[in-house]
Amino acid sequence: MNSTILKTATRLLLPIFLIASILILWRGHNQPGGGFIGGLMAVIGVALYAIAASIDEARRRLRVDPLVLAGVGLACSVLGGLWGSAAGGAFLQGVWPFYEYVSGEGTKGWPIGSVLLFDTGVYLTVLGAVCAIIFALEEAVFAEREGSR
Amino acid sequence: MPRPLTLLPALVSALVALWFAGFIPEIAAGEVLTWSRPWIPGAGIDFAFLLDGLSLLFALMVTGIGAIIFLYSAVYFKGHPKLTMLLVLLSLFAISMLGLVLADDAITLFVFWEGTTITSFLLVGFDHEKEKARDNALQALIVTGLGGLALLAGLILLGAEAGTFRLSEMNAQGELIKASALYLPILILVFLGAFTKSAQFPFHFWLPGAMAAPTPVSAYLHSATMVKAGIYLLARLTPALGGTDVWFWTLTIVGAVTMVWTSILALKQTDLKLMLAYTTVMALGALTMFLGGGTRYAAMTVAVFLIVHALYKAALFLTVGLIDKGTGTREVNQLGGLARVMPVTLTIAMLAALSMAGFPPFIGFIGKELIYEASLGVVTEPLFVATAALLANANMVAAAGLVAVAPFFGKQCQTPKTPADPTPWLWVGPALLAVLGLTFGVIPSLIDSSIVTPVVQSIIPGEKPVELKIWHGVNLPLMLSLLTFGLGFALFYGRAQIRSSLQSENFTGGLDANKTYFLWLKAFKSFAAWTARTVQGGQMTVYLRTAFVVLGLLIWGAHLSSRDPFNPSAEFPDLIPLTICLLIAVSAAVVLRTGSRLYGLTALGVVGAGIAILFVFYSAIDVAITQLLVEMLVVLILAVALVKLPTMPREVTFRAGDAVIASALGLGVAFVLAAVVMKPFDPRITEFFNAASYPEAFGRNVVNVILVDFRALDTLGEVAVVLIAAISAVAALTAGKRALAVKKEGDK
Amino acid sequence: MELVLAGLVGFLVACGAYLMMSGQLIRFLFGLVLLSNAANLAIFAAGRLTYATPPFVVSGQIAPAAGAANALPQALILTAIVIGFGLLAFALALAFRAWQSLGTTEMDAMRACEPVDFAAGKTKEKTLDPSKSYERNRLEAAE
Repeated sequence: MNSTILKTATRLLLPIFLIASILILWRGHNQPGGGFIGGLMAVIGVALYAIAASIDEARRRLRVDPLVLAGVGLACSVLGGLWGSAAGGAFLQGVWPFYEYVSGEGTKGWPIGSVLLFDTGVYLTVLGAVCAIIFALEEAVFAEREGSR
Repeated sequence: MPRPLTLLPALVSALVALWFAGFIPEIAAGEVLTWSRPWIPGAGIDFAFLLDGLSLLFALMVTGIGAIIFLYSAVYFKGHPKLTMLLVLLSLFAISMLGLVLADDAITLFVFWEGTTITSFLLVGFDHEKEKARDNALQALIVTGLGGLALLAGLILLGAEAGTFRLSEMNAQGELIKASALYLPILILVFLGAFTKSAQFPFHFWLPGAMAAPTPVSAYLHSATMVKAGIYLLARLTPALGGTDVWFWTLTIVGAVTMVWTSILALKQTDLKLMLAYTTVMALGALTMFLGGGTRYAAMTVAVFLIVHALYKAALFLTVGLIDKGTGTREVNQLGGLARVMPVTLTIAMLAALSMAGFPPFIGFIGKELIYEASLGVVTEPLFVATAALLANANMVAAAGLVAVAPFFGKQCQTPKTPADPTPWLWVGPALLAVLGLTFGVIPSLIDSSIVTPVVQSIIPGEKPVELKIWHGVNLPLMLSLLTFGLGFALFYGRAQIRSSLQSENFTGGLDANKTYFLWLKAFKSFAAWTARTVQGGQMTVYLRTAFVVLGLLIWGAHLSSRDPFNPSAEFPDLIPLTICLLIAVSAAVVLRTGSRLYGLTALGVVGAGIAILFVFYSAIDVAITQLLVEMLVVLILAVALVKLPTMPREVTFRAGDAVIASALGLGVAFVLAAVVMKPFDPRITEFFNAASYPEAFGRNVVNVILVDFRALDTLGEVAVVLIAAISAVAALTAGKRALAVKKEGDK
Repeated sequence: MELVLAGLVGFLVACGAYLMMSGQLIRFLFGLVLLSNAANLAIFAAGRLTYATPPFVVSGQIAPAAGAANALPQALILTAIVIGFGLLAFALALAFRAWQSLGTTEMDAMRACEPVDFAAGKTKEKTLDPSKSYERNRLEAAE
C-alpha cells in the first residue's frame, strides 16, 4: 500500500502499540488483559506496520525472526513452569519471591514471579507465531503475484 | 587395529559378564537374588528382576558372547559408514535381552521381549538398501510381533489367574494354575509367543530369512541369544505351566518335527550361513522337545545343550564370517582346499565342528550323550523321541562336515578374493569360544555344579542332577552315538546326491512355510488396498460428509438415549442480545449464500463482532477483547490470501443432501446444548477458583489467573499448538515459494 | 437466553457444515470460521450467562461479588479463540499452497496423492522419481 500518511502514522503507532501491549500484559493479572490479549495487540501493531510499509521493513524493525521469538516465548513459559518445580512445588506452580498475601490487608510487595514469566512467554509466543504466519502468507501471495506477471 | 572407541561396547560387555560371573558361587549355593522398583503399583506391576541359575546362564551368554560379538563386529565392519549404528543397535539389543532374562515381572519381561523383537527387526534390515533385507526384516517382525501379542495376552491371563505378575510367585502356584479353566488358553498363547520367537515349526521359516542380517548379528541374535528367548520363557514357566499331558505332547511333537525337518533342510543348503541357520532351528527344536520331557535328564540336557550350542554355533557363525571375509563367498560349491591358506580359520572351524558333531572329548559329546540318555528316559514315547534325536544328530554330523571339512579340503576353487587368514583381532573371539567348548568337555566339573545344577533347579525346583562325565562306560547312549557317526559320515559322503534330490521341486510336496507366508501377506495387502480404495476414494467432500454424518449420529444418539425432561424456563430473552443473535444469524446466512468473497468476508466480520458484543454483554470482558482482536486478524489474513485465490463461483444448485446432513447436525447440537443449559448448574469448580484467585494466586482477574496459574498446563499446551501451527504454515508457504522458483526454472 | 444461544449455535453449526461440504476451498474456510465461533459460543452458553458482573475481585474484597460470571468457560474460550485462529491460519496456508501446486480450489479435483485410476483400482500407487526433487515430483503429479 502506498499511503504516506499511513506509513508515517504507523511508524509512530508501532512503538505505542508495543508499549501498550506490554502494559496490558503487565496489568492482566488484576484487570482485563494478559499474555494472549497483549500478544494480539502487539501483532495488530506489527501487522498494520507491515501493510503500510513492507514485510521486509517490518521484519527489520522486529530484528529477530518471529518464529525464534515464538520459540523463546515457549521456552519462557516452560521455564516459568520449571521455576515452580525448582521451588519445591509442582510444575507450573506459581512462585512469587517478593510478593505475599496478608490476611485482611491484601497483597504486598513486587508482583514479580514465575507466573509473570509464564505470561510473558505466552505473550511472546502469540506475537511471534501470529506474525510469522502473517509474514509468510503475505510473502507467498506477493511472490505469486510477481510470478504471474 | 580398530578405532579404540568402537571397542568400548566389547569392553563394557566383558566387564558386565565378569560381574555376573562373580555371582556364580552365590547362585550355586542355591541363593536367588531379587531387585524391584515400583512401576505401576495400582496394577501390581513392578520393575522386578531376579537372578537364579537359569537367568545367570542366559545373562552370561548374553554378555560373554556379546563381548566377543562386539569385538568381532568392530573389526569386521572397520571403516563401514554405519558401524556406529550397528554397535548402538547391538547394544540396545543386548540390554533388552539382558532385561528379558533377568525380569521377574511378566510385564517387564514382555517389554524387554518386544525390545528384542524391534532391535532384531532393525538389525536384520541393517542393509536396508537391499529389498531382500527389508522383506526379511519385515517377516521377522511380523512373525515374532504377532507371537509377542499372543504372549502378552497369555501373560495377562496368567497374571489374572495367579493374582500376581511376579513370575516367581506364579511358579509357586503351579498346581492352582494347571487346575484352572483358563490353563489351556494361557498355554496356547504362551506357546505361540515362544514358538514364533524360537522359530519352531510351523514358524521356523523366518529364522533362515533373518540371515539377511550381517554375520556377527546372526551369530549373536539368531543363534546364541534372541532365538533362545522362547526356550528361556518355556523353561522359566515350567514350574507354573509344565508337567501336564498337553505340555508334554505339544512340546515333544513340535520340537521333534522342527528338529528333524530343519535338520533335513539344512543339508539342502549351499550357503554355509543358511545351513547353520537351519541347524540352529534344529537345536532349538531339540531344546523345546526336552523342555517337554520334564525329567531330570531332560532338564540337564536343556542346560548343557544351551551351553554347547551357544559355544559352537556362535563360533561357527563367526568362522563363516571369516571365510566370507577371506574369500568373498559363502557358497559351499565355490569353496575348497582352503586348509593351506587359512590354517587358523581351519583350526577354529574344526574345534567348533567337532563339538557340534558330538565327538569326544568336546562338550558336544556330553551334550549328545545326555540327549540320548534323556530320550530313552522319556516316560511315554522313548522310541519316538530317540529316533528323532538320532536322525537329527546324524544330520548334524553331516552339516558339521559341510561347514568345517568341505571348504578346507579337496580341490582349491577360484574365489572372488584371494583367500587368507584374517587379522587376529577377528579370529580371537571365535577361537576363544571353540577352545571353551573343548575345555568344558575335558573338565566338565567346571560347569557342573556351578552352572548346570542351578539351571536344572530353576526348571525343576528341588531336583538334584547327576554328575557330568565324559565317559559313562559302554551303554546304550554310546551305541547310539556310534550309530550317529556312522549315519553322519554316510550322509556327508553322499551329500551331492542328497542335496540334488532335496532340491528337486516335488520334495516338499508343494508345501513351503515361507511361500505360505508370502501368499498370506499378499492376500492381506490386497485386502488392505481394497479397504483403502473403498474408504478413501480420494474425494474430500465424501470424507467431510462421512465425518459430519458420524458426528450427527453420535450427537443424536446421545441426545435420544438421555432421559432428561424438556422444561424450558419461561423467562423472555433480553431484547438487545436477541437482536444481536438475529444479526449474527443473518450474517451467517449471507456467508452461506453469497457468491462474492468480499461480502462473505464482511459478513464473517459481522458474525465475529456480534459474538464479541455478546461476550461483553454477558460479563466476559477478556474474551470479548480477544475475540475482537482475533476477528481483525482473521479478516486480515483471509483478505490477504483471497486477493490471490480465484473467485468462488456462486452456487447454482442447492445441495439437498448436504443441507439435510448440516441441518440434522445443527439441530442435534442445538438440542444437546439446550438439554445442558436446562440442567441445574454445578458451581463448585467456579466457587473454588473465585475463592482462591486473590488470596492464593494473588490475582484479581479470575479469568487470567485460571489461564496462567490454575490451568496453566492447558495454556502451555495451547501456546505450543499455536507455535506448531505457525511453524507448519510457514513451512507450507515457504515450500510454495520454492515450488514457484522450480516452475519458473522449468519454463525457461 | 441460553436457549436462544443454543439455537444460534445450532444454526451456525449447520451453516458451517454446509459450507464445508461445498467442495470449494474458500467456502470451506468460511465454514471453518463459523464452526469455531459456534464451538466457542457453545462453551459460553454451557457455563451459563450472567449479565454485567465480570469475575473480578474488586479492591478491598478477597473474592468476586456473589453471582459474578463463571470464569472457567471464559478462560477456556479465550484460549480456544487463539487456537481457532492458529487452525484457521494453518488451513489457509494449506489451501493457498494446494492452489499453488494443483492450480484449483475445487477440493474434489485435488487428487495428486489419490489419483482417480488408483481409486478405481486400476493402477498401483504412483511412485516418486528419486532422481528429481520433491517439488518437481509434486508438480508433475499435479499436471
